[in-house]
Amino acid sequence: MPARKRVTVVAVTVGLAITAAGCAGAGGGGSSGGASAEGGADSINVIMVNNPQMEDLKELTPKYFTERTGIEVNFEVLPENEARDKIQTDFSSQAGQYDVATISNYEVPFFSKQKFVAPLDDYIAEDDAFDQDDILEPIAQGLEGEDGTTYAEPFYGESSFLMYRKDVFDAKGLTMPEKPTWDEVADLAAQVDGAEPGMKGICLRGLAGWGQVFAPLTTVVNTFGGQWFDEDWNAQLTEPGFTDATTFYVDLVRAHGESGAAQAGFTECLNATSQGGVAMWYDATSAAGTLEAEGSPVKGKMGYVAAPVKETDSSGWIYSWAFGIQESSQKKDAAWEFISFAASQGYEENVAEELGWARVPAGKRASTYANPEYQEAASAFYQQTEDAITSANPQQPGIDPAPAPGIQFVAVPQFSGVATQVSQGISDAIAGRTTVEEALENGQQLAQSGVGDPNKEG
Amino acid sequence: MSAVSEPTSTSTNKAVAATSFKAAPRRDRGVEKRSSPLWGIAAWLVGLVFVAPVLWMVLTSFHSEVDAASNPPAVFAALTLDGYRTFFGNNPWPPLINSATASVISTLFVLVLAIPAAYALSVKPVKRWTDVMFFLLSTKFLPIVAGLLPLFLFAKLTGLLDNIWLLVLLYTAMNLPIAVWMMRSFLAEVPTEMLEAASLDGAGLITVLRKIIAPVALPGIAATALICFIFSWNELLLARTLTSVVAGTAPSFLTGFATSQGLFLAQVCAASFAVSLPVLAAGFAAQDKLVQGLSMGAVK
Repeated sequence: MPARKRVTVVAVTVGLAITAAGCAGAGGGGSSGGASAEGGADSINVIMVNNPQMEDLKELTPKYFTERTGIEVNFEVLPENEARDKIQTDFSSQAGQYDVATISNYEVPFFSKQKFVAPLDDYIAEDDAFDQDDILEPIAQGLEGEDGTTYAEPFYGESSFLMYRKDVFDAKGLTMPEKPTWDEVADLAAQVDGAEPGMKGICLRGLAGWGQVFAPLTTVVNTFGGQWFDEDWNAQLTEPGFTDATTFYVDLVRAHGESGAAQAGFTECLNATSQGGVAMWYDATSAAGTLEAEGSPVKGKMGYVAAPVKETDSSGWIYSWAFGIQESSQKKDAAWEFISFAASQGYEENVAEELGWARVPAGKRASTYANPEYQEAASAFYQQTEDAITSANPQQPGIDPAPAPGIQFVAVPQFSGVATQVSQGISDAIAGRTTVEEALENGQQLAQSGVGDPNKEG
Repeated sequence: MSAVSEPTSTSTNKAVAATSFKAAPRRDRGVEKRSSPLWGIAAWLVGLVFVAPVLWMVLTSFHSEVDAASNPPAVFAALTLDGYRTFFGNNPWPPLINSATASVISTLFVLVLAIPAAYALSVKPVKRWTDVMFFLLSTKFLPIVAGLLPLFLFAKLTGLLDNIWLLVLLYTAMNLPIAVWMMRSFLAEVPTEMLEAASLDGAGLITVLRKIIAPVALPGIAATALICFIFSWNELLLARTLTSVVAGTAPSFLTGFATSQGLFLAQVCAASFAVSLPVLAAGFAAQDKLVQGLSMGAVK
């Protein structure tokens, strides 16, 4: 059957051609380092979360960095969850596609322990232009590994505080204490509830997700004397501190919280506050920038005070997006040069010059808060933000010693998955579909089996 | 994610819907007089249901971000090109070129492999050809996501991460079984009488392929090529996992327009529409062939 033979020959030839093409591609990619497939020694690959501050960085890098250093920067910007997935995949396998990535103080403790990211101390010591001592202490601490070495440099940072409508409080004849307790806040929420048509007392996140409801709720747990795990990694969700705090939070949001609370995250609360849907809001300090922005309906009407407390002196969280270098990167020097630019005071001034002080990636350097121009641009909230950041203690946010750093999270890789599962129950309790006790009993088991003792895995 | 996957399903549906509309009357010519106008109305309604999300996406893409996010929806808000400015301001050309490379080349490879395979499975069936067909089908049983980690590790070891040729290879493999199945059914319609007549006249295999089979099968080939092109163009999972800054394709580029801070609906819609355009264009270009391919028996 010559005909069939000829067909076979054709098929085999084509198959070989494809394989050859694939190999040629492999050679092409591999020859230029594999890690960074294009541009040679003078280009680096950076993956970032696509928050507005990073978009600005992408725009300003060619003018203020590449022109000066000759280093091309290839950016990939993705939404937070996608970026986290890709960074986790690339860094855990040390595939080396990215030289630099945005990581946060949540990842740094375990990324550094597992040697996914390169230590930066030598670079910092050699780089005279980079002012490491200027970085606010709790932010810098959060980006250190267990060994005290710095593994990432902050791009911007935030804490949490209580925002409230000064005009509404004045009209009601109420005063907000500078350092309120949660009991006072609950009391005030009841009094301002309904102060204006459709206005609720307070906005507290109820949306499921470790970074949603559990960001504010965990700070409440801390200050109520509770914690996720004791020092020996025993889950503490059914202990009095955790249950009291959760019951308090759920009761408060059910009684005087925003409408649709079980579906409300950061964005929904931001909208509710801007549109006059709530009189108070406990959330990230970075929200103040949007509330005080030009065109915001509540610009100039907001007051800002410290995160409410119960048993502890302070309870604000700490979060920072920072740049780390992948350990397997072949271009660590160029990568450091980029970080040294992006995390510097100089870059903040570039942003101020091009886009205004309101867009500066703040919350990381003492010099920013000492700058009169920034003080003027952020007069309503800069002092409270700086106080919130500097008073936070990520090593021991609650009453009892914690097994791993973190205020609104526990910095182990399992936490994000476990807390997201537990948060579903809390969100259901806020919606009235289950009780706090039930949600936490379930959560206790999830936390115990899901995290266990992370140290045992080495 | 939904914003990204939307054009995938709708554009495919549209192609299928368009063909079935035109195909139906031909097949039912005999009963057409008796069918009630209600069927026509129903068909139009179904068509509208399929097209409505696309139209909504196009409309939203011309709105400002604030209007796009307003509730109730601001249908008659002022139109703007801001969304498209953002899209084209972000240099979409490298990802678009990557997508085109991966889709076109993989489709060519698929055709080159699928047509001989289909020939061997239908016109002159090999022994146990049904087993071969089932084997091809069985390669689609495993969800792609289950193979993702091995693929990633393979790509890492071979240095193929972030390399467009890896996607070409994977898309070829991904579409090959579908293409063989489609092509087999098209080739099966070639009447054996025609082949016998040709060989009696002394035509060799190549002549038969070129002069007898190709003209009859051309609409089928066009339909198969279009489906493969659409699947490759819209593929997100593999592209997102295996490429980064250099070989990223249009769908993974699209995901970057969603953000967790600030409004993004209008720009995502603009980007989605712009990225769907090549598929729509290919669909319209191939429409005539498609209609022939799906409605016409080979004997006519």
